[in-house]
Amino acid sequence: MAAAAEEKELVLLDFWVSPFGQRCRIAMAEKGLEFEYREEDLGNKSDLLLRSNPVHKKIPVLLHAGRPVCESLIILQYLDDAFPDTPHLLPPANSSSDAAYARARARFWADYVDKKLYDCGSRLWRLKGEPQAAARREMVEILRTLEAELGDGEFFGGGEGGRLGFVDVALVPFTAWFYSYERCGGFSVEEVAPKLAAWARRCGQIDSVAKHLPSPEKVYDFIAVLKKKYGVE
Amino acid sequence: MSPCTYLGYPAEAMAGGGDELKLLGMWASPYVLRVKLALSLKGLDYEYVEVDLKNKSELLLSSNPVHKKVPVLIHNGKPVCESQVILQYLDEAFPGAGATLLPADPHERAVARFWAAFNDDTLLEASQAASWGKTEEERAEGEKKVVEALEKMEVGLRECSKGKPFFGGDTVGYLDVVLGGFLAWVRATDVMRGVKRFDPATTPLLAAWAERFVELDAAKAVMPDIDKMIEFANVLQARAATAAATN
Repeated sequence: MAAAAEEKELVLLDFWVSPFGQRCRIAMAEKGLEFEYREEDLGNKSDLLLRSNPVHKKIPVLLHAGRPVCESLIILQYLDDAFPDTPHLLPPANSSSDAAYARARARFWADYVDKKLYDCGSRLWRLKGEPQAAARREMVEILRTLEAELGDGEFFGGGEGGRLGFVDVALVPFTAWFYSYERCGGFSVEEVAPKLAAWARRCGQIDSVAKHLPSPEKVYDFIAVLKKKYGVE
Repeated sequence: MSPCTYLGYPAEAMAGGGDELKLLGMWASPYVLRVKLALSLKGLDYEYVEVDLKNKSELLLSSNPVHKKVPVLIHNGKPVCESQVILQYLDEAFPGAGATLLPADPHERAVARFWAAFNDDTLLEASQAASWGKTEEERAEGEKKVVEALEKMEVGLRECSKGKPFFGGDTVGYLDVVLGGFLAWVRATDVMRGVKRFDPATTPLLAAWAERFVELDAAKAVMPDIDKMIEFANVLQARAATAAATN
């Protein structure tokens, strides 16, 4: 089995509901890159995963001709670097400081999504009472901040031909979690951040996104399973 | 984008085409030190502005409204925030200047970024718990995690350096600067604890790398005074102890 993985050009070790894995799937789809998707059982991680990411033992891991790349945003940048003839996610580096600035801005906002969204979302479904209310207030602020950055743009920008860019791909998987955040937190994304909600709908129309994101209901069911597992209710 | 407009700079400064670099920082911050190291390695001139973090200036708040933190690099009036974003920006906006930090090869870049993320997420979280954990137990657990993380970092150094003196190979690279920013704190706490953070017995490559890095001219030019760091650390510890006592 291990030999087969190394023969394939691109293999993605992943877990179906992971927004971090979905970033990689969507990026490769946007770039027209064929890849083999391998579902990991996180309760029984494969040897290949443990060998490929010995430090964190986490998905996603991208194997390119057998060499592992770990961490979703690093994978995205790797895909831009290693496949320069495919539609870019980050605005291409040239000598101008304008391009460098646009790339810096994209990295900043993708980092913001990483720092804020997943953790706050987890607190929303895991906690009750005042800590949950605090998580909800924080989530609303995060969504509003992201909306302010989006402004009146169709997308967050920087992608090839005005399509999905680095920040869009970094953020879009979390749109499948909006429904769960709303139900756990008792608020409406449409109400607190209508432009962001519209952006989410717009992204949902794009093939690569529609193909690789689970339905919001499936995500909610998954959280219900987690809640039971962790004794939350 | 929360637009940060040209912050009152006269129009002539922009039109001239000269590069105006300003760094908002705090003298003891390891993240700020990274940026100073990068600027020093690249031989770039800049104006340094010390920010009072207890009384944040308008300039900081308008340049980094999202996080309100240092470092912020302002290049011809446009702010760049987050130290790793700044390092990559410097590589890309000043391609001719001195050292390029990230390697050219895509896989090597990914590996450098991986260990940089490891430092900033895993190692840092453990260090915070080890130094500032509220209970003895928390601190002991943090310490254990720091030791584990450093052993992994040792593997990372071996992988990246391939027998050469730096993470970047023959010359200083991205990961050297990312980790290098913390060396002032490491040296200060080495003195305070009376024991080396980079144990030559368990992490010989890291220990040797640290000694080598601080001897670089570019590093000597920007390293904060260690005695000042120790004094500052004592102040922070006293503050933490008071906070714990009053909780």
